[in-house]
Amino acid sequence: MLNLVNKSPFERLAMESCLRVAPKGSAIVFLEDGVYAVTKGTAAAAKIQAAAEGSAIYVLGPDLDARGVDRERVMDGVTEIDYGGFVDLVVEHGTPQSWL
Amino acid sequence: MSEEVVFDTEGVRKNFMFLNRKAPYGTIYALEILEMILISAAFEQNTTVAFMDDGVYQIKKGQNTKALGMKNFSPMYGVVEMEKEDAEEDEDVEMVWRIVVEQESMEARGLSPEDLVLDVEVLPAAEFGALMAQQDVILGG
Repeated sequence: MLNLVNKSPFERLAMESCLRVAPKGSAIVFLEDGVYAVTKGTAAAAKIQAAAEGSAIYVLGPDLDARGVDRERVMDGVTEIDYGGFVDLVVEHGTPQSWL
Repeated sequence: MSEEVVFDTEGVRKNFMFLNRKAPYGTIYALEILEMILISAAFEQNTTVAFMDDGVYQIKKGQNTKALGMKNFSPMYGVVEMEKEDAEEDEDVEMVWRIVVEQESMEARGLSPEDLVLDVEVLPAAEFGALMAQQDVILGG
């Protein structure tokens, strides 16, 4: 299953809800305001790190750029994708769930 | 030259989950999803009506919206329960209906199954997530 998180973890519980129920082996894409979740040194970092052990974590590059997030600020183990890569993930995993 | 077009929908049965994650009344999500559920019932699909996060508040007993001037739509969930019973009792109907609540969300809000207007299956997060992974379509908000 493909999980999409587009809300900041500091404003909403969308990321926490996603990480709580997503089974191991899930794909989780952080986009829009969700990209702040995968930056280093935040209060959400430990949760992302734990999730990355069982699931694949992706972040949408154009949304990092738009928010001025340098790549060295992105956590290790997070794979950056572009819009084409996003489409590939949808094709590969199907059944997306947007954690609005 | 005209050919008769027949849409053969027999045997097409997918697993649909309606995932409710927002409280009622504050936003329109809850009512919109409930309307989707009621419309989709006509298509005899396997249906899971799921509640997590603040969505659990949608089926809290004792809602009274009189002073708000808004429709209290929690009794409409009774129709969901009727669909579930129909699916279980009618031998000609093969579809499966489930009504599930994520345990962690319910307990975090100090609620128990007795507080809810529906007879629900309470699933821990891992089982709830596994059920999500089995769906062909997830509609929610």
